[in-house]
Amino acid sequence: MISFQPTEDQKLVIETIRRYVKERVVKARHDSDENRALPAALVAEGWGLGLLAGWIPEEYGGLGEPHSAVSAALYAEELAAGDLSLGLHLLTPALVGLPVLRYGTAEQRKRYLPALAEDTFPALTAAWNEPKWDFDPLKLRTTARREGDGYVLDGHKALVPLAENAVTILVYAAEEGTTQAFLVSRNTAGLTVGPREKNMGLQALATHELHLEACRVPAEARLGGAEGIQASHLLAFSRVGLGALAVGLSRAALEYAMNYAKERQAFGRAIAQFQSIAFMIAEMAIEVDAARLMVWEAAWELDEGNESLQASALAKNYCDEVALQVADRSVQILGGHGYIREHPVELFLRNARAFAVINGLGII
Amino acid sequence: MIDFKKPEGIERQVAQITNVAVQVMRPAARYFDEHEHERPWDFINAMWESGARAGYRGRQARAASPDYGNVETLTADSPARYRNLLMMHTIEALSWGDAGMYLSSPGGNLGGAAIEAVGTPEQKERFLTRFSEGEPKWGAMAMTEPQAGSDTARIATTARRSEDGKEWILNGEKIFVTGGYMAGEASSGLIVVWATVDPTAGRAGMKSFVVEGGTPGMTVARLEKKHGIRASDTAAINFVDCHIPFDNILGSPEVHQAGAGNKGFAGAMKTFDATRPAVAAGAIGIARASLEFVKEHLEKQGRAVRYDAPYHQQTAVERDVLRMEAQLKAAWLLVLRAASQMDEGLSNPLEASMSKTKAGEAVTWITQKAVEILGPEGYSCKNLVEKWMRDAKINDLYEGTGQINRLIVARRLLGYSSKELQ
Repeated sequence: MISFQPTEDQKLVIETIRRYVKERVVKARHDSDENRALPAALVAEGWGLGLLAGWIPEEYGGLGEPHSAVSAALYAEELAAGDLSLGLHLLTPALVGLPVLRYGTAEQRKRYLPALAEDTFPALTAAWNEPKWDFDPLKLRTTARREGDGYVLDGHKALVPLAENAVTILVYAAEEGTTQAFLVSRNTAGLTVGPREKNMGLQALATHELHLEACRVPAEARLGGAEGIQASHLLAFSRVGLGALAVGLSRAALEYAMNYAKERQAFGRAIAQFQSIAFMIAEMAIEVDAARLMVWEAAWELDEGNESLQASALAKNYCDEVALQVADRSVQILGGHGYIREHPVELFLRNARAFAVINGLGII
Repeated sequence: MIDFKKPEGIERQVAQITNVAVQVMRPAARYFDEHEHERPWDFINAMWESGARAGYRGRQARAASPDYGNVETLTADSPARYRNLLMMHTIEALSWGDAGMYLSSPGGNLGGAAIEAVGTPEQKERFLTRFSEGEPKWGAMAMTEPQAGSDTARIATTARRSEDGKEWILNGEKIFVTGGYMAGEASSGLIVVWATVDPTAGRAGMKSFVVEGGTPGMTVARLEKKHGIRASDTAAINFVDCHIPFDNILGSPEVHQAGAGNKGFAGAMKTFDATRPAVAAGAIGIARASLEFVKEHLEKQGRAVRYDAPYHQQTAVERDVLRMEAQLKAAWLLVLRAASQMDEGLSNPLEASMSKTKAGEAVTWITQKAVEILGPEGYSCKNLVEKWMRDAKINDLYEGTGQINRLIVARRLLGYSSKELQ
């Protein structure tokens, strides 16, 4: 039955995240961006919310609830409404966790899933993106070649979050034309983590390039064993997750601009009382809501067991555009003040542009 | 729980209507576009016979309203639980068939909606029963005047009490009354007319009155010649000393002082909460028809749209079509949300206006884009695509222009009164 109401349990988690965001994340956002680092205590506290432990099976220390893309979308939105860098950081372990949950062999599940239910932040990440303008997640340049009883990986990756400290990196590569994924130990010969990337936004999130040169991994490294993975399915999860994060960022930009417009006086009244500003706000709000509903529907399809290829693609593209548009409008509403780093809207704009670029992240 | 599963009742109804749309509406769509003031009687009769059964502002819809039974005792999958969602799907599917013909559907329509929203149980019984009995009948709403469009406070039509107090006497001129001819002259339907009982009181003096079809003093002055939706009549109606019973006023006859609330105007607004998503749903049906036409056309040409092509590989046309589809979906989901809130008994003025704003703009753009993509084939009257573009535009105009709906959304979001944000 069509309904737009989150469950009571979901509402409780949302409230918990909102409190964390309001009391901790928003206050740290500006300095995190300037210092290009998230405070360790903030990350520890965020991880302590246990957002990923819910769907880890009980035998691996989790709560054993079914994984829900809808719940993930709801929670991701809240995190990104605080700080996108922090949201992506906290959700990075899921880049390994969810693919392993969905496709992993019994061995792989046993080896990697328990970390997601533990108190310490797991050193897991994934490398899907490549530093090329014509990057296609389903036709990668990075290759995996069967050799003897293992595989040899070659290629160049970019935008790999938290790679420096990762113990295991899930590397996506083209194997005979289809995208497969390999669980690669950080200390494998031939794998080099490049220096910290410097990008326009997402400054507080540590991302790295990754070089794979004749990087030899055992056969057990192949995610899903002989059966492998269906990359388009994981890509749909990525789209939904990134879409939800984009909605969160857009909502934050809208709220900030709205509050500012009600305070800021010009020509004897609040600028929000002028139609030129009020209409922008109305349009931003409509787009944020529309984007959210698109994400929910695509997420719901995934939860129903559908591949959600079309719905997730439409939702993702829509959210990319909305995030950029809404962030841009928020800067516009603040005028010159929006351009100054004292206000977060220029950060929202820099971060919003990332969504069209960071494909493969957001698998949650 | 967040869920997008359509109840079976909706699936069944949409399948039935799609059948009617394909067999009755589409084949006649061009004819009634070219013969503006003829009415599609085959469709009207088919709708009248099936309409009540379909719950489209007929007996079923009323039976499901809280006044006619205890909603709590209904089973989880009872249509009464999703009657607004059902209505949106019904309207969408009918408009997919033909928007003009859909608008000519018999039933209470906007007039019925107003009575349902603010009428007393006695009024609902007296006025709405007709829509499930006898010959086809229409309801309509008369609000706009030559000098009062979006600025409804400028309405100049007057309603004054007769000396014996038993009647209201209406005088004034209304325009843009959708289905006004069918409701006021061609059937024993009714028109809900907005008039002021005190021209000095502004919005506080504004009330709505039910005028039954054929009431002396009410005459259809002219039928408009329109850009689109030509199968539906749009009437200008004159009221000259038109007497109606005192009990035909919807809501209280009292004029409240400024600040003491504003029941007449609030009544109109409450009606809009239901009718704006309905207009948006109609808009979406037209846009879906256009989009499907474009996609099928491209597929036949061996250029099926790819959903998974990375950005740099998409053709310009693919990018357009994907945008059209995303816009359509976004607007539709906003409509479903507004309708779902009504079904849950939640207040939805913000969401209703959001859905209307989005749908009005999205369908205008989608249908215009469809003509562009199809080139001469889109522009040609051999196909319906050009007609759909003309039909679509009305949705950004009536039941509140895109601008007025933006204003409402902004006021709600910012917490401003109509004085604070003009």
